Amino acid sequence: MTFQAPSLEYGALAPMLVIFGAAVIAVIVEAFISAKHRSAIQLAIALGAVVLSFAQVLNLRGTATATAATNSVVVDGPVLFMQGTILVLAFFAFLLLADTDAFAAQASAIPGSSEERVALQTGKIQTEIYPLTLFAVGGMMLFPAANDLITLFVALEVLSLPLYLMAGLSRRRRLLSQEAALKYFLLGAYSSAFFLFGAAFLYGYAGDVSLSSIGAAVNGGGTNEAFLLIGMISLSVGLLFKVGAAPFHAWTPDVYQGAPTPVTAFMAAATKVAAFGAMLRIFYVALGGAVWTWKPLITAVAILTMVVGSVIAIAQRDVKRMLAYSSIAHAGFLLTGVLALSQEGLESALFYLATYGFSTLGAFALVTLVRDSSGEVTDLNRWVGLAKRSPGVALLFATFLLSFAGIPLTAGFIGKFTIFTAAYDSGNIAVVVAGVLSSAIAAFFYIRVIVMMFFTDAQDDTVTVTIPSLYTNLTIWIAAIATIVLGVFPAPLLDAIASLAVFVR
Amino acid sequence: MNLLTSMGALPLLGALLIALLPAANSKLIKQAAFVISLLVAAVGFSAAFGFERNVTEFQYVERYSWIPGLGINYQLGVDGISLILILLSVVLVPIVILAGWNESENGRFSVKTFYVLILVLETMMIGVFAATDVFLFYVFFEAMLIPVYFLIGGYGSGARQAAAVKFLLYSLFGGLLMLASIIGLFVISGNQIGRTMDIEALSTLQIDSTTQNLLFLGFFIAFAIKAPLWPMHTWLPDAAKSATPGTSVLLLGVLDKVGTFGMIRYCIELFPDATRTFTPLIIVLSLISILYGAFLAIGQKDIKGLIAFTSISHFGFITLGIFAMTSQGHAGATLYMLNHGFSTAALFLTAGWMISRRGSSTIAEFGGLQRVTPILAWSFFIAGLSSLALPGLSSFVSEFLVLVGTYTRYPVAAIIATFGIILAALYILIPVQKALHGPTTPGNESLPDLNKREIAAIAPVIAIIIFFGFYPKPALDIINPAAIDTITRAGFSDPAPVVGGDK
Repeated sequence: MTFQAPSLEYGALAPMLVIFGAAVIAVIVEAFISAKHRSAIQLAIALGAVVLSFAQVLNLRGTATATAATNSVVVDGPVLFMQGTILVLAFFAFLLLADTDAFAAQASAIPGSSEERVALQTGKIQTEIYPLTLFAVGGMMLFPAANDLITLFVALEVLSLPLYLMAGLSRRRRLLSQEAALKYFLLGAYSSAFFLFGAAFLYGYAGDVSLSSIGAAVNGGGTNEAFLLIGMISLSVGLLFKVGAAPFHAWTPDVYQGAPTPVTAFMAAATKVAAFGAMLRIFYVALGGAVWTWKPLITAVAILTMVVGSVIAIAQRDVKRMLAYSSIAHAGFLLTGVLALSQEGLESALFYLATYGFSTLGAFALVTLVRDSSGEVTDLNRWVGLAKRSPGVALLFATFLLSFAGIPLTAGFIGKFTIFTAAYDSGNIAVVVAGVLSSAIAAFFYIRVIVMMFFTDAQDDTVTVTIPSLYTNLTIWIAAIATIVLGVFPAPLLDAIASLAVFVR
Repeated sequence: MNLLTSMGALPLLGALLIALLPAANSKLIKQAAFVISLLVAAVGFSAAFGFERNVTEFQYVERYSWIPGLGINYQLGVDGISLILILLSVVLVPIVILAGWNESENGRFSVKTFYVLILVLETMMIGVFAATDVFLFYVFFEAMLIPVYFLIGGYGSGARQAAAVKFLLYSLFGGLLMLASIIGLFVISGNQIGRTMDIEALSTLQIDSTTQNLLFLGFFIAFAIKAPLWPMHTWLPDAAKSATPGTSVLLLGVLDKVGTFGMIRYCIELFPDATRTFTPLIIVLSLISILYGAFLAIGQKDIKGLIAFTSISHFGFITLGIFAMTSQGHAGATLYMLNHGFSTAALFLTAGWMISRRGSSTIAEFGGLQRVTPILAWSFFIAGLSSLALPGLSSFVSEFLVLVGTYTRYPVAAIIATFGIILAALYILIPVQKALHGPTTPGNESLPDLNKREIAAIAPVIAIIIFFGFYPKPALDIINPAAIDTITRAGFSDPAPVVGGDK
């Protein structure tokens, strides 16, 4: 038996290869460069890799729609769009990460130990956050591009494992952060197991792991419907966990709250793109033929997710937890795009993901600015009267909230309009009505925050707003500008998506 | 020439200009805002003079592609109804700025912010009436809430935050229901004629009756909350009590008209069959609004609350006129929108001056103002008489038209509505008597009368009220063709007058 080396289409894989290569280099840098220069070099590597990779994505734009690496990866329009989105979000996430005082000096040191203190005082600060993030970005880029169940699983793990670690790296409130990491890891491991279980059943059903073969088996009337059903449900559970859909959402608020805020920003914005990317591909390409089997189930999940996210968010007193529940509600809205199972559904979901990513990044970036002497202040009661002290921060935060709420002239509105249109067009009117009603509920807590910031007088003056560093400032402003511009002139992005968004089967 | 865009953009540019002025010089800011709003009014009048009265199509039409992928246009145009409401808006804004010269001083935010918000709001008001693309209309409809929210919450009095939030949540809820309907329309248009949000194209759609009823309700509930119709009115008294008098004038005078305007432009024109189905229900709701608003107005101790409830009663008349589906009813309802705008403005402004002088808004605290502050008292009196539709004042004409128009189709409803007029006499004359006549209440002896600026602000309003009371023709000439056109296109015709047979 001869072993044949697989042919790899390096050109098509270039965007991911650049990121993974940079991640490996970053690990080496972490080991050999002195602490003094390390963070600057790491940042340069990370940003450079992202830019280079983005250039490769742009390069591939015209020539795309090909499978690569013996059919395990597909590079088509939606993939390129999602990879581009992830890279842009990652670029700004790196800028946020560059404000390193959010991270533990040494993740291995026990919280509160003298070791930790010494490390902080002597400036022996580890910067493993950069290679970890790079690996996660690479995994996220592979996830929506994966064309078979094995690659999907590998990508899922490559993107998840670094995130588990990153969630535990917070410098302040380290126990909370470590608890979040552990919780995320345990639940994530369960969901991975579900995913793998489902993958195994789908393999048993179709006799092949590639999505297109599964699609063909579904359309051709495969033999063992039970295998398909079990496989589909288990696989969905794994994916729904990643996007934070109810009833698999329980990790979201804890992890969002515990993780260092820049990591939360990255996670909330980019993971959603990757996970929904994979989900769209699986449901559109592999399981599209079985739509009548999964549609009722996913419809129920979508409605539940919207309602749970919007209703529980009302009770939150912590800004990060509130944003977490809001992200759950948005996952519900995005599921309506999956449910539409149409060209339009795909396009609107891509648009929604991009705009939501920007607003989320901006909102969490603003959270990093509101502090007292012991670090970030996430208790909403202490955000009261923020507009008086720093009208700029309050105004920008209000902009992002209004976009989440879907008020016209913000990107969130166009996103909601297009995605609900797609859902209505597919005949799924129940989801539209549920979406609209939960939007009304959601508006309540977004507005409550605006009221707190603008119309209530502050109780204590210990909360200050730090002057943002150039990096954070840039992120916030770009996010705000994107939120408004995409709300007023969405046409260019919508057209770009329309020209790209065809899945290769 | 892009007259409508210029008119709409002018206040927005003005707001930018004001934002650049030094915050400390509040006098300059006020003067700038006033001059800008006068310029906008001038543009508005030039639009009125250039308006072809006998043409029923939209005029001053502008159309640019906005989101081509979705078939959404930036598209403006006016017919008689929208022109009248735009005129109302652009006339009221300078009056409000002049009348409430100092009401921006004690707000939570700066004086500058107040005028920026007012001017941004003016842009939105022009846009919402001028839009002929449903998507564009929705954008203005929702975006308009933001400046009003900050105006109520930032500059009002009392429980202003709660009132602002209540206003916003009610409106958002209605708006989201409307969004669902708009999405439905959009999808149906995509299936039938290619995606469009153009109101004229949408009115040609063939929609089955169940869908039509549901879509109609989405729009109607949003507008009924805005207008406000019983039982969706509860936000209005709170908002009116808390807002500054100027904001209240814009809120009740103009913004609430978006609701009644929307009923004509969107509910009736897009869903004529559903309109037929729901008309009896809506007529009943209107009658309840008329009587309920009137009874609660009689019981009000707070002068702002009184005006709010009288408005609920008046909006009942307007909705009644609209859904009577006769050309007289429609013309009357549209004229009523205009007249109610001015009479509410007069009431709120004079009441605002009384309140700021006395430091209280309880009716019982006033008394004998006729002797102390005769000009103020007379102004309030005339405003009140206009509100109760005294012949010779503008509201009489419109109320009469509404009743006549309703009677030809729904005689019973018209008769019940007439009770509203009787109650109006009560809810206006009792407070007039308490506040203006009788012995001067202790503490009121030295209240100052209106100053020149205030007289300059109220005089044009009262002049308009009296002018249209005697000679409503200029307004009716603009309104009538559009009203008849709406009725005909919705498939209704005026009931033929019954010639009295020999019995």
